[in-house]
Amino acid sequence: MVTYFKDIYSGLVSLFIGMEVTFKEFFKPTVTVQYPYETLTMTERYRGHVELIENDEGKPNCIVCGLCQRACPSACITLAGVKPEGEKKKVLTKYILDFTRCSLCGSCVESCNFNALEFSKEYNLASTRREDFIFDLLQRLEDRNK
Amino acid sequence: MSLTLLNVIFAVVVAIAFAAANAAYLVWAERRGAARIQRRPGPNINGPFGLLQPPLDGIKLMAKQLIIPGGADKVLFIAAPVLAMYPAIMSFVTIPFSDTIVAHNINVGILMIFAFASTGSMSLIFAGWSSRNKYSMMSAVRAVSQSVAYEIPMLITTITVVMIAGSMDLMEIVHQQSRSILHWNIFPLLGNSHNILMPASFLIFFICTLAETNRAPFDLGEAESELVAGFHTEYGSMGFGLFFMGEYANIVIGACMTTILFLGGWSCPFGLFPGVWWFLLKLYLLIATFIWIRWTFPRTTIYGLLNLSWKILIPLSLVNLLLTAGLIKVF
Ligand code: SF4
Ligand code: SF4
Repeated sequence: MVTYFKDIYSGLVSLFIGMEVTFKEFFKPTVTVQYPYETLTMTERYRGHVELIENDEGKPNCIVCGLCQRACPSACITLAGVKPEGEKKKVLTKYILDFTRCSLCGSCVESCNFNALEFSKEYNLASTRREDFIFDLLQRLEDRNK
Repeated sequence: MSLTLLNVIFAVVVAIAFAAANAAYLVWAERRGAARIQRRPGPNINGPFGLLQPPLDGIKLMAKQLIIPGGADKVLFIAAPVLAMYPAIMSFVTIPFSDTIVAHNINVGILMIFAFASTGSMSLIFAGWSSRNKYSMMSAVRAVSQSVAYEIPMLITTITVVMIAGSMDLMEIVHQQSRSILHWNIFPLLGNSHNILMPASFLIFFICTLAETNRAPFDLGEAESELVAGFHTEYGSMGFGLFFMGEYANIVIGACMTTILFLGGWSCPFGLFPGVWWFLLKLYLLIATFIWIRWTFPRTTIYGLLNLSWKILIPLSLVNLLLTAGLIKVF
């Protein structure tokens, strides 16, 4: 009989303790980020799709050695370049990334010895069409510099 | 058309409007309140403070098709959501908001409200039965055991109050409490009852109201983690909308009854600014507590729910009833 009333009492007290906790939480400021009105800066090690790095003149650092293309286990990368008259280095003319197959493994970034590839911080990727994930990285570089 | 018929139509229209407006904006309040407790802002995009959210939700629900599952009992399936809403609307007709604001006062108001409220669980049973869905069926079974278990202590505590007031007239019950704040039925000793267990009675009544309106932590009928959505699993469109509005309208009725039976209705403490706002203040404070409780406690188990009623609430309310009867005899 005593335990019966003790149980009721302790149960009731615990309910009020719980309500006190939520009452305090009610008046605290919100902690969520109001995406898309607010966004967080991505962390240093976030891996978005790969992106070309540009030099001071706004041209890609890439010398079209093709190592990244060979390093990619999923054959995502298609690139091409030409050697203009009287120049030493090749110039990149096409760099297509098929992001639908990319596993973000980073082999391409690792294999590049010319500081020409990096992971972007892009995470707003959503589409209903497959073609939207075939990125023309050269085009993106130009668009960035516009 | 006679004047009384016009009066009745007016009363019903006002009752429906009040119930619907409350239902719509309590959903908003619930979502905002829940969000605050979970430290997020809640619906805040549509209109200032998200106040346009309820009408937009309503439009969305109305624009959807009401799908009746194959093999369902069509008549019951359509009747169930209507049954969920109508007891609340009928109850509003006899609830007195102040000395003058009452659609139609009848001298057995309590009886009428409980009679309508008890048909409310019929809607759950109909919905569960007619959906031809095992989850809905389970939910209907739970709804029956729950409403049987919680109507008993609720009615016993109500009888306690009726004994104190000596009347089933809601007006009369409030009048008896309105002499001073200490005459409210919730307060012991100095009140009409002289019963020190009255606060316990209030708590029992409040808990039963939570259970009768299927609110968390007693929302075993819906229990989305086990029963998908319980009795309204198969409902979409306004069928679901009516269940939802019915739930909130029932909450308002429950809070109204608690206010009238225990908190002195519209009577004001210390004679300050008498008027209907005291009723509304008490009403919405109680509803805020409903919301607060919902977002504090996790759902109980079905055994916990039935144990609470049969082992704790019913014995305590019976003791209280006997004690009150004895004290009324003595004083
Ligand atoms: S991250 Fe990996 S899979 Fe993606 S392009 Fe680079 S090498 Fe290929
Ligand atoms: S490895 Fe680097 S430099 Fe070579 S082709 Fe790829 S991006 Fe260009």
